Amino acid sequence: MTWIPEDSWIVLTGALCAMACALPGCFLVLRKMSMMGDAISHAVLPGLATAFLVTGSRASLTMFLGAAVVGVLTAVFTQWITRLGNVDQGAAMGIVFTTLFALGLVLIRSAADKVDLDPSCVLYGAIELTPLDTVTLFGYLVPRATLVSGIVFLLNLGIIVALFKEFRLSAFDSGLADTLGFSSHFLHYLLMVMVAVTTVAAFEAVGSVIVIAMLIVPAATALLLTHRLGLVLLLACLFGASSAFLGHLGAITVPTWFGFQDTNTSGMMATAAGFLFLIVWIVAPRTGLVAQFFHKRTDLPDLPSQGKKARPTASR
Amino acid sequence: MNRIFKKMSPAGDAAVENLSDHPAGHPLSVHDLTVAYHRKPVLWDVDLDIPDGKLVGIVGPNGAGKSTLLKACLELIPRTSGEVAIYGEPYKNQRHLVGYVPQRESVDWDFPVSALDVVAMGTYRKLGWLKRVGKKERDLARHALEQVGIGDLADRQISQLSGGQQQRVFLARALAQDAQLYFMDEPFAAVDAATEQAIVKLLQELNSQGKTCLVVHHDLATVAKYFDWVILLNMRVVASGPTAEIFTPENLEKTYGGQLNLLNQAVQALQSIGK
Amino acid sequence: MNLSDLWEILSLQNYNTRVVVLSTTILGIATGLVGSFLLLRKRSLMGDALSHATLPGIAIAFGLMTSWGFDGKSLPVLLAGASISGVLGVLLMLAIRHTTRLRDDVAMGLVLSVFFGLGIALLTMVQEIPGVSAAGLESFIYGKPASIILSDFILIAVVSVAICLTTILLFKEFTLLCFDDGFAASQGWPALWLDIALLGLVTAVTVIGLQSVGLILIIAFLITPPTTARFWTNNLSHMAILSGVFGALSGWLGATVSALYQDLPAGALIVLVAAALFIASMLFAPARGVVPRSLRQRRLRHKVARQHVLRAAYEILETQCDHEHHESPGAHLVDNKPFRSETLLAKRTWSRRSLHKTLRAEQKLEHLTLRPDGTVLLSEAGFGEAARVTRNHRLWEAYLITHADIAPSHVDRDADMVEHVLEPELVLELERVLREREAWIAMPPSPHTIPNH
Repeated sequence: MTWIPEDSWIVLTGALCAMACALPGCFLVLRKMSMMGDAISHAVLPGLATAFLVTGSRASLTMFLGAAVVGVLTAVFTQWITRLGNVDQGAAMGIVFTTLFALGLVLIRSAADKVDLDPSCVLYGAIELTPLDTVTLFGYLVPRATLVSGIVFLLNLGIIVALFKEFRLSAFDSGLADTLGFSSHFLHYLLMVMVAVTTVAAFEAVGSVIVIAMLIVPAATALLLTHRLGLVLLLACLFGASSAFLGHLGAITVPTWFGFQDTNTSGMMATAAGFLFLIVWIVAPRTGLVAQFFHKRTDLPDLPSQGKKARPTASR
Repeated sequence: MNRIFKKMSPAGDAAVENLSDHPAGHPLSVHDLTVAYHRKPVLWDVDLDIPDGKLVGIVGPNGAGKSTLLKACLELIPRTSGEVAIYGEPYKNQRHLVGYVPQRESVDWDFPVSALDVVAMGTYRKLGWLKRVGKKERDLARHALEQVGIGDLADRQISQLSGGQQQRVFLARALAQDAQLYFMDEPFAAVDAATEQAIVKLLQELNSQGKTCLVVHHDLATVAKYFDWVILLNMRVVASGPTAEIFTPENLEKTYGGQLNLLNQAVQALQSIGK
Repeated sequence: MNLSDLWEILSLQNYNTRVVVLSTTILGIATGLVGSFLLLRKRSLMGDALSHATLPGIAIAFGLMTSWGFDGKSLPVLLAGASISGVLGVLLMLAIRHTTRLRDDVAMGLVLSVFFGLGIALLTMVQEIPGVSAAGLESFIYGKPASIILSDFILIAVVSVAICLTTILLFKEFTLLCFDDGFAASQGWPALWLDIALLGLVTAVTVIGLQSVGLILIIAFLITPPTTARFWTNNLSHMAILSGVFGALSGWLGATVSALYQDLPAGALIVLVAAALFIASMLFAPARGVVPRSLRQRRLRHKVARQHVLRAAYEILETQCDHEHHESPGAHLVDNKPFRSETLLAKRTWSRRSLHKTLRAEQKLEHLTLRPDGTVLLSEAGFGEAARVTRNHRLWEAYLITHADIAPSHVDRDADMVEHVLEPELVLELERVLREREAWIAMPPSPHTIPNH
């Protein structure tokens, strides 16, 4: 194995993307909407296709706009169907995102000669090619994907830091948040926009597989270790970034053990995230599988004693 | 194939048993039962012996582990330690003797079934695998619905029933099980006065047939009126025995601790009984 | 395209079309049936996670078979691989749920994304195997019904029929599991095994659907038809049958349209047909559709408004009589006389416009006449109806007071809500209850003083 500067760029891009996803991901997981990430990342396809058909270019801004609109629409439609039709939220989400994805596929295919947009590319991207497409920033050559991921990461970080208190409140108790005047609807849709925009940024850079994985897996891993929100966010970013590094390392080394050359880095980054989750799941102190196995009753805390243990008075 | 099903069948155990109307032993004996969720103890060293033919109220503050006690007895949640015997044997041999009324909120009342369908579920264990509900089961279910006073609502979809009627459907389902020992989880929670009366009547009827009912109850004012045996629970059994002996202000204070409001309420309730 | 082409496709004369259309139709029936229970178990998205989890299995099966020198693209082999990794995914989800504090949705998202990522990584690897074309494996992601051949059709048909039979045989057990798993477990039904059986059926149906609609869209086949069917009925058996019909319809129409327009992706078309059925049903299905439901609510609202006007009129007449006779209210017969419509306006907080709309509606029903001098006169029928409505209202109020601990000042609002839907039997019952309690009078007096403006 040889590590070349390109590899570092790939890892950096992946890590920035992973951290950009992990931040809103924590709130998705806490608000019991983990599958929303999957839904939105599929549903943005018609948004991308329409933006492309209208402007005829892959200019990032219109793409972002199209994706953000469809991302919010996914959340809105899901809410409508749940409320108006009295449908289970999971089912409503499933119907909305499959329909939008199908619509996107039909749009792309029916205008195939005009659209140079491959749905596979949306799904698993081409992070390996990031170092080739560069822009100049302050006199340095920086891969465009790295720059985009970095901007989105900083954007998400900024929003989360600025609205930390509000997000925490509405994730914990949306009713209270509403009465205190922090509209949980607004925060909900803001979260959806963040997810949608991050999805588009990632689709260009690394493929949406990464988005789905990095939205949920690092957050879930962090939640196994702690329940303090600030720490959860920090750990999730850490796990996301490590997954990116381990994933790329795995992509260029693991296949060689089986006689292959290398493999898709995005896929391996998702796998690495899952691998980290597995380790934490097994060895986490107190809540891990090992800990659960070894401590059954022995370390139950002692109850405040009420003097003598009350015997049942009716054992006659 | 058939043998495998018999072995897995919920009715299989009953088939081997020698069914008698009044099995020997206490309906329920609990010994050193401890239950913990994620290592937080919810029940701690519970010991209980319930004599035959009693209406038993389980009373205690929120989070005292009342529902947990029922669920642990029914093996719906894992026990950390301890034994539970139903008529002298483990629950899995005695399922045919036990009826269960879960909390009303535990199911989705928008489910596409009618009241009769739900009540017929009480006969499923006897039916066993793959057999369909027939006329016999439907008649049984209809009869059970009539017993709780809503025979005319049999074909209504369950979401179109009022809360009290839904609770009665659950009771009817337990009746259709034709058990000796009934576990009821908060049947009086948020029901109308008519339903409350119907449930009380039903409890007394079951009692007169010599059956035993364990009822999780939250209204201290009616404990003495409805139950002749009471279990005061707050993570551990504070006291258990005949209501007249056990349901005293001292015991209630031990159960409810510093929750003064509830305590006052209880004292008032006791005074009103004294009158 | 000309008409004979169209006919050829619609009548399934073309051999390829026949195989494809029949496959997707049968598949639709099976997914519709199994999906009903998945929906009622509130595990719809489990199908999504499961279908994504099949990808590594497909890649590994292909890789292993090719490296051992067999035909890696034989469908049964790939589907066997898909099933194994799908089942593994399901077991992992259940394990995560049971041993951590993470919830269902997290477990699903986790398994979905990690397995899918792994699948893509593996797929990229096996495509490098020299001398073998792995092209076509990607059709499992997006679906490619056109690639279905006769042997595939037989496999799909056999598995579908087996799935349908199993579901029908276990109908009772699945119903119990989905409605009340706690009760099922207390009765000794092996709830966990029933869950695994249900998810096993979902896995089977997902796996055979991969080829035609692909692993992203198969989920729509599992969710949309049952949700659509739910709008039409409150009966589970009917729902399951309807769901199968909607599934079949989507499969048939979608595949047919894609045969007409060759370059449109068939999987996507099937999903769009199912979605169209869903939208139409959600809006217009008589049982639970949005439009019929809001129409029903509107009718009830109008009925309630009309009854309010009648009751207000009756109360005005009552007070007029009281002034004349100086007696206690309600203790004598009320005379029907004209009264000023202005007095109605003061009785309740209703706007002049809505009051006049309701009055006109009542006039149409010949319950009253609006006279040119600004007064209102109830007709004979209207007076009778007004008396009945008022009586029901007071009965209900009195019932609430005697039977529930609601302060009299709060009674009126609750009585208002329920009295309008009182059934005749209930009115009789109320009369009986109240007669037992106190001396009975034909028109019970209002338990609170009626504001006199």
